[in-house]
Amino acid sequence: MSLRAGLAGLLCLGVTLALGWAVLERPQPAENLPERVAGAMPDSGVEHAVTAVLLNFRSYDTLLEIAVLLLAVVVALALREAQPDRPEPMGLENPLLRAVMAWLLPLILVVAGFLLWAGSYQPGGAFQAGSVLAAAGVLLRLAGVTTAWLDNAALMRTGLALGLLTFLGIGVVVMAPGVPFLAYPPEYAGTLILVIELTLTLSIGLTLISLFRLTPPYADDPDDARSDREARP
Amino acid sequence: MPWLDLLLGITLVATAALSLTARDLFRGVIMFIVFGLLMALAWVRLQAPDIALAEAAIGAGLTGVLLLDTLGYLRRPFGSRADPTDERS
Repeated sequence: MSLRAGLAGLLCLGVTLALGWAVLERPQPAENLPERVAGAMPDSGVEHAVTAVLLNFRSYDTLLEIAVLLLAVVVALALREAQPDRPEPMGLENPLLRAVMAWLLPLILVVAGFLLWAGSYQPGGAFQAGSVLAAAGVLLRLAGVTTAWLDNAALMRTGLALGLLTFLGIGVVVMAPGVPFLAYPPEYAGTLILVIELTLTLSIGLTLISLFRLTPPYADDPDDARSDREARP
Repeated sequence: MPWLDLLLGITLVATAALSLTARDLFRGVIMFIVFGLLMALAWVRLQAPDIALAEAAIGAGLTGVLLLDTLGYLRRPFGSRADPTDERS
């Protein structure tokens, strides 16, 4: 046992030293990326370098990120629908929380909109705005406000897929003049990025709310639940 | 302000260790949320405000809420139902 602990300690020390060495002995980058980004900014359609990289120069990576998020929520939905009953209503019967929500909700929506809009010239953007929207949804659920519109499966799935589909659609449409996938024409780039970010915000918000809503119904194992259901057709 | 940065780094490692070694799960989750907020501060100090925003909103906020939700679900008595009169078809 002590031999094992000693070996683990040695390994930890080795990894730490290797990490320290990697940080201290960094290879010089082959080209100055910040300068290249600054040089290409006029063609990007936005004024904030991070947004330009995320949604224009390297938009393919962002597209795949959204696809991964959608995949995660599809798996969560599939796992949840394997359960025999519908998602439970949940709420803290707390009048104070409800009263505060009436004041907070408009504020949250305005902040989400501002973050989305600010993404073009300062830190902000679809991911942050989407998570603020999701926070509003989580608070609504905690306050026990009825969220029946979230149970409309067709609407929900449309909303979840909207961001990815818009992104893909715009990426394909701009190929018409013979340019590569997702290479926006500079004169329309700003508008296209704004449309993509709007739909992404909605989809990301719905995705995060869905992950929060899809908690399993009870603490039994699913086999019990299934046999329970078969006993009472 | 190198002293404050050093303090921030030490506190980050300390909260990470506390959240991993907490005997009580609730304490671990709270420490994780504190870690996320401090991490957002660290990103701001590293001049990466975009990552700081995402970390505060997703890393600390939503992940923390999801973990708390899971904790509440785990602490339910075994076999309990939210709605005993639920006519499951």
